[in-house]
Amino acid sequence: MSEILRIENLHKSFDDLEVLKGIDLTVQSGETVVILGSSGSGKSTMLRCVNFMESPTNGKIYLNGDLIGTERNGKMTYKEAELCTLRSRIGMVFQHFNLFPHMTVLENVLEGQVIVLGRAKMEARDKAMAQLERVGLAEKAFEYPSRLSGGQKQRVAIARALAMDPEVMLFDEVTSALDPELVGEVLKTMRQLAEEGMTMLCVTHELGFAYHVANRVLFLNEGIILEQGEPQSILKNPDTNRMREFLDGHSLFKLPD
Amino acid sequence: MEWNFLAVLRDFDLLILGLLNTLKVTGLALLFGVPLGLVLALSRLSTIRVLSGVAGFIVEFFRTTPPLVQLFWFFFALPILVDVRMTPLIAAVVTFSIQSSAFFAEIFRGGILSIDKGQWEGAKAIGMTYGQSLRRIILPQAVKRMIPAFMERSIELLKTTTLVSTVAYTDLMFQANELAQKTFRPLEVYTVVAVIYFVLIFVFSQASIWAEHRLAKSGEGTVR
Repeated sequence: MSEILRIENLHKSFDDLEVLKGIDLTVQSGETVVILGSSGSGKSTMLRCVNFMESPTNGKIYLNGDLIGTERNGKMTYKEAELCTLRSRIGMVFQHFNLFPHMTVLENVLEGQVIVLGRAKMEARDKAMAQLERVGLAEKAFEYPSRLSGGQKQRVAIARALAMDPEVMLFDEVTSALDPELVGEVLKTMRQLAEEGMTMLCVTHELGFAYHVANRVLFLNEGIILEQGEPQSILKNPDTNRMREFLDGHSLFKLPD
Repeated sequence: MEWNFLAVLRDFDLLILGLLNTLKVTGLALLFGVPLGLVLALSRLSTIRVLSGVAGFIVEFFRTTPPLVQLFWFFFALPILVDVRMTPLIAAVVTFSIQSSAFFAEIFRGGILSIDKGQWEGAKAIGMTYGQSLRRIILPQAVKRMIPAFMERSIELLKTTTLVSTVAYTDLMFQANELAQKTFRPLEVYTVVAVIYFVLIFVFSQASIWAEHRLAKSGEGTVR
């Protein structure tokens, strides 16, 4: 295993509000990292800083050993073109899918390949169909997103990200907007990706997914990583009271075994 | 009195000439006004303060002053201030391009702002630049929603161009005035002119409804 992503001393403030107060994280290639935390803990912001959907206030991010941006007088500066290239190398899936409604499923998966990567139409098409096959939606290629269920939309969004051949995939609460019975199909797709060796960072509330799929679980609290470890130990026996409270909150109304 | 349309119909070719000139002014004003409107809208949405401020001022200025005053200003005042002579056609096209661009800018701005922020994010996340996101993702969706307002404004523009008759441009209204004086049949002349405007605009709006329905077929639109 080799290092693919490194975050050093990441800080992010929105005006006066400091959301991230120094995050350090190294992710190995093929690792699945699940990020837990209550709302406002900074977990989504952290994920969005990795591909510069948000610009970090301070700190450094390395992808495959390359420092993103240029350091000048102790301050990082970023060129828009560099960030666009970076984003094309990192896949991101959102809570609300963000599919392009004026394009068919196939066109959604083609768009980035053709417009951003400049791939030839035929090659991009083959790739798109292969990715739709992978998420089990090849037969929906010519439908518009409005005709799909939430779970199917999310799987198309995953295929759209995968078609770019990303080095890392970011999942930002991707099952939070779904009907409970559609959550499973999306998590299954994600598990399949993890098993195929994709490097994944997932912000989620699905503790079961964290337990069964993650290699490592991070618990964010008030802008710092409060705890991290293997899911089997950290989810069963957290060190801190704060994380114990968090986990208890999730299992208040569990069905009896 | 008796209605007599014969005198009007005998010189109908005069009105046709006027109609063509009306269409010419309107068409040219649209040709320049729409892109200029987009530029103004994007400037106004820009995070660069100076740019959005200047664009905002232009838009407000041309929306709040009467088009007749603007036309007179470009035709009579500008040649005095700086050494540019304008033909009535050029003055009309300049005036109505800028004047309608102010309105189109607001239509574009509203259309762009009505698109969910997630669409920008989806485009950004696959590595698209601002320009690519706008061209490929945001505008195609925004334009669909803009069609009704856009058509409304174009019809308004077509009717506002009747003002060019005041600077002696031979548009439909100018020709109508001439013909009315020549034939002493103003009621008949203006009735025929009203019918011409009605037919023109009716065809125009039917075409826009057709376009709206066609666009609605692909994904989301204004009609279901």
